[in-house]
Amino acid sequence: MYEFDWSSIPGALPFLAHGMVVSLQITAVAILVGIVWGTLLAMMRLSSVNALSWFAAGYVNLFRAVPLVMVLLWFFLIVPHLLETLFGFPRGSDMRMGSAIAGFALFEAAYYSEIIRAGIQSVPKGQMAAASALGMGYAQSMRLVVLPQAFRNMVPLLLTQGIILFQDTSLVYVSALADFFGAASKVGDRDGRLVEMLLFAGAVYFVICFTISQLVRYYQTKLKTA
Amino acid sequence: MITMNKVSKHYGAFQVLTDCTTHVAKGEVVVVCGPSGSGKSTLIKCVNGLEPFQSGEVTVNGISVGDPRTDLPKLRAHVGMVFQNFELFPHMTIVDNLTVAQVKVLGRDPAEAQDKGMALLDRVGLKVQALKYPGQLSGGQQQRVAIARALAMDPICMLFDEPTSALDPEMINEVLDVMSELAQEGMTMMCVTHEMGFAKRVASRVIFMDQGRIVEDDSKDAFFANPRSDRAQQFLAKILQH
Ligand SMILES: Nc1ncnc2c1ncn2[C@@H]1O[C@H](COP(=O)(O)OP(=O)(O)OP(=O)(O)O)[C@@H](O)[C@H]1O
Ligand SMILES: [Mg+2]
Repeated sequence: MYEFDWSSIPGALPFLAHGMVVSLQITAVAILVGIVWGTLLAMMRLSSVNALSWFAAGYVNLFRAVPLVMVLLWFFLIVPHLLETLFGFPRGSDMRMGSAIAGFALFEAAYYSEIIRAGIQSVPKGQMAAASALGMGYAQSMRLVVLPQAFRNMVPLLLTQGIILFQDTSLVYVSALADFFGAASKVGDRDGRLVEMLLFAGAVYFVICFTISQLVRYYQTKLKTA
Repeated sequence: MITMNKVSKHYGAFQVLTDCTTHVAKGEVVVVCGPSGSGKSTLIKCVNGLEPFQSGEVTVNGISVGDPRTDLPKLRAHVGMVFQNFELFPHMTIVDNLTVAQVKVLGRDPAEAQDKGMALLDRVGLKVQALKYPGQLSGGQQQRVAIARALAMDPICMLFDEPTSALDPEMINEVLDVMSELAQEGMTMMCVTHEMGFAKRVASRVIFMDQGRIVEDDSKDAFFANPRSDRAQQFLAKILQH
């Protein structure tokens, strides 16, 4: 019978907390950039300019057809090299955080753009017509009339995608970045208590994600009754 | 004010408008009627370029709508349009619905836009609703707000696309009253509607459409006294029974 020994956890808390900060930072920036870039992609996809719509469709299909962990590895291995040669970044500077964030943001943008595209299409066509009839240009109509309504309907889906993204940040272990999951497994390895650390880390992920998804559900019911 | 010359439009092989020619002089109220699917909405949306057309010419105040060099948003800013389903912006308060385009399109000072908006709300009898959201108003109230929103842009003419057909019967008159008032003040109006009572009281001319063509374009009295085409006679007979 396996003997559980939780004693290495209290001492490791500061290190783990730092890992959590890294995870949250990656999540926050990737969500933000992912939504902005995803919105642009969605608008391109819906645009009547064929070149834009094909580019966006190609982008979305490409990123949705490759595993996230591979995208992260590409960014980890290739992007720093590119930056060094193209922009003269000092060789060997630590760009793991930057490339992880870039990888996530570009990958998630593909998923966000599909959510946002559906959101834009859920706004009745007449709203765009009314905005145009008042003399608003395309960009103005989008920004002032269509997108605010689209986002309002999309908040639950965007948050749910954010939860998935938060869980997926654990994949940055491929670049040996000490996010929360990476930190937990490092401590576990060091103290020979990997099982306990992973159980603990799993519990923390569960509590955070479950709480947020409950909030999303609450918001959803409120949106429905409003 | 508005001229249409041989305007035609098709979706693939389907001809929506065929050689539509008419004009609306300053201060005139022209009612457009005809059976469902006859192209009334399409015709009226060609006036402000919401619907593109393949041939013919539309001008508003001398400006060609179909000309690719025309600044359409600028033209539309001064052509008011009222839709069947109101199309108020549901995420904005009533007063914001009236000010947003004044500020963002015309570049008016927000305080000035607000004053103008409130004055117009007062005029359509809805000043007390200024801070509510569209969803909290009845259909008739929403449509009056939509008219006020269009008027806030100081339009040179107004287009209406079946403004009362989504309304419960008891709310139709409150909207028609606002429209009649506008007409009496000399607003140039082009109005798709089946409200023949309104047409009889207010219209200068009546256009009857069938299958994408303007079949009749006559003074109100001539139209009601003696419609020339069989289709218009049948249409009138049917609609006046109700
Ligand atoms: N995007 C489109 N593609 C193909 N056909 C269309 C399209 N939009 C409209 N039509 C067709 O064009 C015709 C004219 O439509 P329009 O909406 O102008 O008619 P209407 O006279 O306003 O009818 P209603 O009284 O129902 O509002 C209809 O037969 C309609 O089916
Ligand atoms: Mg119609």
